[in-house]
Amino acid sequence: MAAEAVFRIAELKKSFGPIQVLGDVSLDLHPGEVTVLMGANGAGKSTLVKVISGVYSRDGGAMTLGAADFAPKTPAEAIRAGVVTVHQNINDGVVAALDVGTNLTLDRLSGKGQPLIFNPRRVQREARAVAERMGLDIDLSASIGDLTLADRQMVAIARAMAHEPKVLILDEPTSSLSSAEANRLFALVDRLKSHGVAILYISHRMSDIRRLADRIVSLRDGQIVGTFDSKPLDYEGAVNAMLGRKVHQSAFAAKSGGKTIFTADNVVIADGAKPISLSLGDGEIVAITGLVGVGKTALAETLFGLRQPLGGSMTLNGSSYTPRTPAEAIAAGAFLVAKDRSESGIVGAFNIYENMSLPFLKRISAFSVLRRGAERAIARRQIGELGIVCRSEKDDMSTLSGGNQQKVMVARWMAQPSSLFMLDEPFQGVDIAARRDIAAKLRASAAGRATLVFVTEIDEAVETADRILVMSEHTIVGEHRNERIDMDRLLAEVAGQTARGAA
Amino acid sequence: MRDIAVRYGFLVLFAALVAYFASTADGFVSPQSAVFIFQSVAITGILALGVTATLVVGGFDLSIGSVATSAMMAASYVMVVLNQNALVAVLVCLAIGVLIGLINGFLIVYMRVPDLLATLGMMFLLLGLQRIPTEGRSIATGMTMPDGSVAPGKFSDAFLALGRYRFDFFAPNLVPVSVVVLVVLAVAIWFFLEYTRFGRMMYAVGSNERAAELAGAPVKAYKIWAYVISGIFASIGGILLAARLGRGDIASGNNLLLDAVAAALIGFAVLGASKPNAFGTAVGALFVGVLLQGLTMMNAPYYTQDFVKGAVLVVALVFTFALSTRAKH
Repeated sequence: MAAEAVFRIAELKKSFGPIQVLGDVSLDLHPGEVTVLMGANGAGKSTLVKVISGVYSRDGGAMTLGAADFAPKTPAEAIRAGVVTVHQNINDGVVAALDVGTNLTLDRLSGKGQPLIFNPRRVQREARAVAERMGLDIDLSASIGDLTLADRQMVAIARAMAHEPKVLILDEPTSSLSSAEANRLFALVDRLKSHGVAILYISHRMSDIRRLADRIVSLRDGQIVGTFDSKPLDYEGAVNAMLGRKVHQSAFAAKSGGKTIFTADNVVIADGAKPISLSLGDGEIVAITGLVGVGKTALAETLFGLRQPLGGSMTLNGSSYTPRTPAEAIAAGAFLVAKDRSESGIVGAFNIYENMSLPFLKRISAFSVLRRGAERAIARRQIGELGIVCRSEKDDMSTLSGGNQQKVMVARWMAQPSSLFMLDEPFQGVDIAARRDIAAKLRASAAGRATLVFVTEIDEAVETADRILVMSEHTIVGEHRNERIDMDRLLAEVAGQTARGAA
Repeated sequence: MRDIAVRYGFLVLFAALVAYFASTADGFVSPQSAVFIFQSVAITGILALGVTATLVVGGFDLSIGSVATSAMMAASYVMVVLNQNALVAVLVCLAIGVLIGLINGFLIVYMRVPDLLATLGMMFLLLGLQRIPTEGRSIATGMTMPDGSVAPGKFSDAFLALGRYRFDFFAPNLVPVSVVVLVVLAVAIWFFLEYTRFGRMMYAVGSNERAAELAGAPVKAYKIWAYVISGIFASIGGILLAARLGRGDIASGNNLLLDAVAAALIGFAVLGASKPNAFGTAVGALFVGVLLQGLTMMNAPYYTQDFVKGAVLVVALVFTFALSTRAKH
């Protein structure tokens, strides 16, 4: 172990009404060390973060920072004491209307003893100092709105670091970053580590964890169920502890497809890209993997009628397939579970059954009048099929955990039979238990359709698919049967000619 | 407990208000008084039901008041100046409502003008346009035209009957046409929004446009339809206004927009819906009507009315946004 713990949590408790979310959580953070906190959705990670960052007050237990008791009543108090949190939602950490420099020094705009007049030159000077210390290479006069998500993230972290915290909490910081962008973040984390900051890193991405963790703590049902700090770290043990059950690595035999259901012939999805040809058979699950930005979503959208191919032709069930709108694709039997459910899937004003029935309202109404009984019966059936944890089909979506929300999205499109079933990043922001449930359900129901899964994480492809296709630069560059995969070749294909390193 | 308060709070308040007036204001509980309340909110209510449709798809229609007055002026012009019959006048008004709805929808969906701004512009445009044919004069039977001649036509009896005929109900000659129209339209739009797949999809468009699009909905068409519904309802309100006044009065209809929007927004609070809904809108309109009628019977001066309406709206919005947990998402 490095130095004495700088931040200690002892027997922390937190309940909401009768539900105990955190029970006796004890955790030490050491300077210059990255502690990864793993936990399935609903394990209590977010609550723990909110207690530490002063959003919630604790019900019991103690927190100490250095030698002093730490009991922030507001987030601002926590930050002043030296415990800084960068939340999952990147845009919470930056103000889009202001430029980078002002964002970096935003916290100095208010508070006691600040000058009344806003002095742009002083702000830029202070911002430059902050940026330099962090090795931040971004134009300080750029507007936040023009930056990529990754750059915004860097600004949010740099802004947090301007307080010179002793403890930094990063809550799923890579959830919306590409691999290359994540690598920049990792470099920044390394830098902070060398400055002696104690870092609590919350993630369920194995690649992040492998890259960064000095120590792994597993949280399940509001309790620490395992601490792993002897090198080499026992990743599988940490996952097992978090899930409370044994992980199986692709415990299925790869199937070959039956009769051909979908073909694409020389389809071009981007200017100057090589054409794509592929054929999908009945009952097979094909994963398309590749880095973020290589055209996976563009391909999914082309197959779903959201954008038109620049060339080539497609067939579905033997006849020509040229969808011009999602409605046409759905009518032809091609369904897409779109990526980023909160943006493009969940209708917030609707409850579970209303969300599930959305694409098929016509089929469950008589003379355009909704048959609510049938609608709810379908939803109840789907809730049972996918093991969605809820009180009833009338629950609001906001009461569900991320994994269960995603299950509702999958259930929405599984309620009716399809010929081509596509899922774009179906495991994003989903805990491992829900991810396994969804993958198992996909496999169990695969007969009678072709299934196409678009995933960035290779682990997810290996866990789910019979066949894995690799995309790079808007075309397909490799194909693997999911049996004794040649990982080196697959990774090389993913990395493409530019060889950006393994994903 | 909090849920129950949010869900039924506004209806309880409504019931308490009725009970209070019933016990203090003489003659408040009578068919005549009830009909008077309905009649006083009929036109506002119809406009409010229309604007509810645009609120459902996440839009807003500020032009409803001026659509209604334009329809009123158009009906008068068609009958008095062009010497046409009542049917033509009604059809022209409905056509105006459809056309303006289509233009609003086109501006918002295809020209990407934000809804508030597009309909604000349309409101302004119509306020001016409705005065051009008569060079700023009100229209009445036998009016003098700008060139000195006398207008040839008159308000037809059939048209005036829309404003004056009363159906027998409990008592003879009790329920005016406008109230019947209000009830029919309220039930129709309520059923449409709550029980048909089109209504459901309109709510989906309002809550998450992208999700609705990916579920195969023609989002643009739904949005345009919402403005067409709003335009038609507003023009129906205008027809009833013309029939009630018996003239095309350029000074009337000033309060229509604000009253209608207030009713629709008060509707958010009814049954804890926290969203635009036809039942709530109807209750919202009645609430305002009951309050004003009761206060009038208790001899509250007329100039306090807008203050009272505003206060009700603010309370209703607090119900919706501060007390309801659903509104936070």
